[in-house]
Amino acid sequence: MNMVHEIDYGTPASKSEKLVTLTIDGREITVPEGTSIMRAAMEAGIEVPKLCASDMMDAFGSCRLCLVEIEGRAGMPASCTTPVAPGISVSTQTQRLKDVRRGVMELYISDHPLDCLTCAANGDCELQDMAGAVGLRDVRYGYDGSNHVKARSNGGEINLKWAPKDESNPYFTYDPAKCIVCSRCVRACEEVQGTFALTIGGRGFDSRVAAGMNEDFVSSECVSCGACVQACPTATLTEKSVIEIGQPEHSVVTTCAYCGVGCSFKAEMRGEELVRMVPWKDGQANRGHSCVKGRFAYGYSSHKDRILNPMIREKITDPWREVTWEEAFTHVASEFRRIQYQYGRDSVGGITSSRCTNEETYLVQKLVRAGFGNNNVDTCARVCHSPTGYGLNQTFGTSAGTQDFDSVEHTDIAVIIGANPTDGHPVFASRLKKRVREGAKLIVIDPRRIDLVRSAHVEASYHLPLKPGTNVAILTSMAHVIVTEGLANEAFIRERCDWSEYEDWAAFVAEPYHSPEASEAYTGVPADLVRGAARLYATGGNGAIYYGLGVTEHSQGSTTVMAIANLAMVTGNIGRPGVGVNPLRGQNNVQGSCDMGSFPHELPGYRHISDDATRDIFEKLWGVSLNNEPGLRIPNMLDAAVDGTFKALYIQGEDILQSDPDTKHVAAGLAAMECVVVHDLFLNETANYAHVFLPGSTFLEKDGTFTNAERRINRVRRVMRPKNGYADWEVTQKLAQAIGLNWNYRHPSEIMDEIAATTPTFAMVSYDYLDKMGSVQWPCNEKAPLGSPIMHVDGFVRGKGKFIRTEFVATDEKTGPRFPLLLTTGRILSQYNVGAQTRRTDNVIWHAEDRLEIHPHDAEQRGIRDGDWVRLASRSGETTLRSLITDRVAPGVVYTTFHHPTTQANVITTDFTDWATNCPEYKVTAVQVSPSNGPSDWQRDYDEQARQSRRIAGKLEAAE
Amino acid sequence: MSPDTNAKLIYMANQIATFFKSQPAAEAAEGVATHINKYWEPRMRRKLFEHIDHGGEGLNPLVLEAAAKIRRPEAA
Ligand code: SF4
Ligand code: SF4
Ligand code: SF4
Ligand code: FES
Repeated sequence: MNMVHEIDYGTPASKSEKLVTLTIDGREITVPEGTSIMRAAMEAGIEVPKLCASDMMDAFGSCRLCLVEIEGRAGMPASCTTPVAPGISVSTQTQRLKDVRRGVMELYISDHPLDCLTCAANGDCELQDMAGAVGLRDVRYGYDGSNHVKARSNGGEINLKWAPKDESNPYFTYDPAKCIVCSRCVRACEEVQGTFALTIGGRGFDSRVAAGMNEDFVSSECVSCGACVQACPTATLTEKSVIEIGQPEHSVVTTCAYCGVGCSFKAEMRGEELVRMVPWKDGQANRGHSCVKGRFAYGYSSHKDRILNPMIREKITDPWREVTWEEAFTHVASEFRRIQYQYGRDSVGGITSSRCTNEETYLVQKLVRAGFGNNNVDTCARVCHSPTGYGLNQTFGTSAGTQDFDSVEHTDIAVIIGANPTDGHPVFASRLKKRVREGAKLIVIDPRRIDLVRSAHVEASYHLPLKPGTNVAILTSMAHVIVTEGLANEAFIRERCDWSEYEDWAAFVAEPYHSPEASEAYTGVPADLVRGAARLYATGGNGAIYYGLGVTEHSQGSTTVMAIANLAMVTGNIGRPGVGVNPLRGQNNVQGSCDMGSFPHELPGYRHISDDATRDIFEKLWGVSLNNEPGLRIPNMLDAAVDGTFKALYIQGEDILQSDPDTKHVAAGLAAMECVVVHDLFLNETANYAHVFLPGSTFLEKDGTFTNAERRINRVRRVMRPKNGYADWEVTQKLAQAIGLNWNYRHPSEIMDEIAATTPTFAMVSYDYLDKMGSVQWPCNEKAPLGSPIMHVDGFVRGKGKFIRTEFVATDEKTGPRFPLLLTTGRILSQYNVGAQTRRTDNVIWHAEDRLEIHPHDAEQRGIRDGDWVRLASRSGETTLRSLITDRVAPGVVYTTFHHPTTQANVITTDFTDWATNCPEYKVTAVQVSPSNGPSDWQRDYDEQARQSRRIAGKLEAAE
Repeated sequence: MSPDTNAKLIYMANQIATFFKSQPAAEAAEGVATHINKYWEPRMRRKLFEHIDHGGEGLNPLVLEAAAKIRRPEAA
């Protein structure tokens, strides 16, 4: 196998449509105007020596290695900074150029250690390559003079120019002795990542790369995205894994398994050992960038806590007993058969995972529908984006986001609602910040002052710090402003939407009680801010709305999604690049798990189970008759379990006990079941209540596809054998065989073929086609063979866009004297969701525990100091954690993350849910905060129960 | 049946009714019925009808109005 080879063209592509023809080394070449001579040469196959240039960032022109001569022009211009011009004739290799380049290289090398043989970059060093390219044969100057290489001079004096290595970051090192001060790292941090953590300090020969205010990397603003490491041409910034293992020998393109951005990576391998992950430049979601999780946080896949053998136990109080796969499958099959016989066909169900592949999700829902004979299948997406599905389906006719990520390059006004992209969707945030630096405006609607409100080179035009739970009121007030101030795009509405529905809606939002002045009383947002934001969105050019769980996880989540869709329609911001409605999906395959029929009322492709024609397709293919009634959703399953009518559950790759609200209710539901099967990498929290544990495989160990937030179907490719023996799809297949289904998929590509054959929006998708195209965005069928980057281009999927009235209804979760504060929850960059993976990597150095953010005013009133243990109590329960005093949250609002199981933030959350989809209301809980001495009784009991239930017979207690 | 889950079901039905009550009057009851038919598993609808048959205490009038259009599952 080979390394996936990527060409570095030296400078970014020009977007100009005008073409220019020139001659380079006698070869005629035509390129877009504005292209650099360096890039034009590379496109013609001529590689000009370079050190400071890379096509990930703008040319800088500092190393003077890329000089060329142009006929009729004096001097030797740098080819990276000199654009092409019509008719010029360029030479890249002349005696004069050769001499100058050698001279430049000689100077570089004379201040660079010559320990190439033992250097981590040996074999992957551009300085080495360039020394070779220019034919450097000797270096006349030694290290006797001024240098950065030696800690001490030959005479033994301390060399003040030398600096020690910085190894503070867990994933990469910085060795100043090897730095050639090309600024690539600094520019990568600015232009690609947008964090501005690095600078070149000092001048001339004394200049040096510095993180933050001359801090070590880990104490600086650095977010460990690794863009600088990737950009560095030498071993100065190097992955620790490369230092430890050596250079990779082959690489495979695959997809990150963390968030909904769906970054493409090259997994660079040595045998079956993963050396490093490098973002793939052709990845259409990430364009060569990534965040700390995807690039570095894969250590969990070989963590000692991973369970590799199936286990069963009679009662959840027993220790686990390791068994063979055969025994585990037979046991599950006989238990499910017994339970269905005893309690009825509908007493069992399954949960699909938004972390697993499309193919695996498809199989789990097929197992439930064809094998169990009911529709009790749901997915964790229930607890995050089900309102997106409902709301967009009602208004637009399909439940997907409308754009691709590239669209942001054309956005003039970005509205961010209830999302924190720099933490939750970092690579999208980098792309958005880049656009903002180019002049786009930002409107942030969020109770908390997220980083996008103000950070390096980013400042939102408006921040509407609304009270948690009042999204609908704010958005309806914005609509009020747009309609009453005559800013509606009536031409668009007349052409694309139902006019009489629009008139009804417009009259509704125009009512005075929807004005920002009226809603201010409960949203807490000054009316003039709402008016200003609404005007800007309606009139500022291409307006795009990006939203996250802060929209969906409310009792009015679905209504909020409709309100967002209304705003996009009333301003005509739909159907072209730069606009649209963009749900930012949490987990990597939330989109895919929804597409694959994970919901109890829907077959793959969002077709209702009561639709005879759709059922017919699957009935014929599967040879069964399907139940035409909707099944139970996760919260309904738990309710039914408490009622005694639901007894067995197969859970693939989800941790409902930690991720679902009202932990005590989830625990009660699980405890009432007779056979809970958990299929996961680790003994997660849900497994405390499981009777069977089936070990899972990681994304590195299986083939499949993930569908990201822009509907992009990306390949996941296996780079090593499953440590547990079977990929997850094989486990589901064997389970299906054990219960008597005749499944014989030999490879996930065959599952995709079945999906394509049954689901019109996937009709043209196959592994061969994906290999050819890189990736495609569904719908991908005869009508759209190249896929669909943007939806609703010539009209809405449902025909006419539907305006729907959105009446604000305050949640029943209200503050009062006992619970005067509102708790809202979120996530941070280095940890992921329930943290089962990231907690098992070095990412813990950035977030060792969940903290409660509280405003100084509220803290003072309660006598709480920064870092104190506090008790957090709601009507549902209480927990303890440490405080973090900050004015990022408004008075009256507190905030925490939910990455660590001991925090038990979901003991606090209530079981209120979205009216339409039962998506839990995570984002608003009335609480009280008071000083505390340490963990609550519940936390202590819980820890003890968890410890007990993780015992494995014959093994020492598994350490968490 | 636990009184707790019954109360939750009533609450859910009322939440749905609250949304549709704000919609044009002609569509309101139909909206509630369609929603429940589409998303409620028969067990849940059965419980709802049991409650309605016992007087439907605590239910939003719009739910009661919609009941005629909600599919009644066969008795368990
Ligand atoms: S890792 Fe990323 S954030 Fe940190 S210095 Fe490098 S480019 Fe900047
Ligand atoms: S650390 Fe690497 S990328 Fe940065 S200036 Fe030094 S050599 Fe260049
Ligand atoms: S976690 Fe998200 S942003 Fe980070 S690398 Fe993975 S897909 Fe990209
Ligand atoms: S590559 Fe052009 S000056 Fe460095």
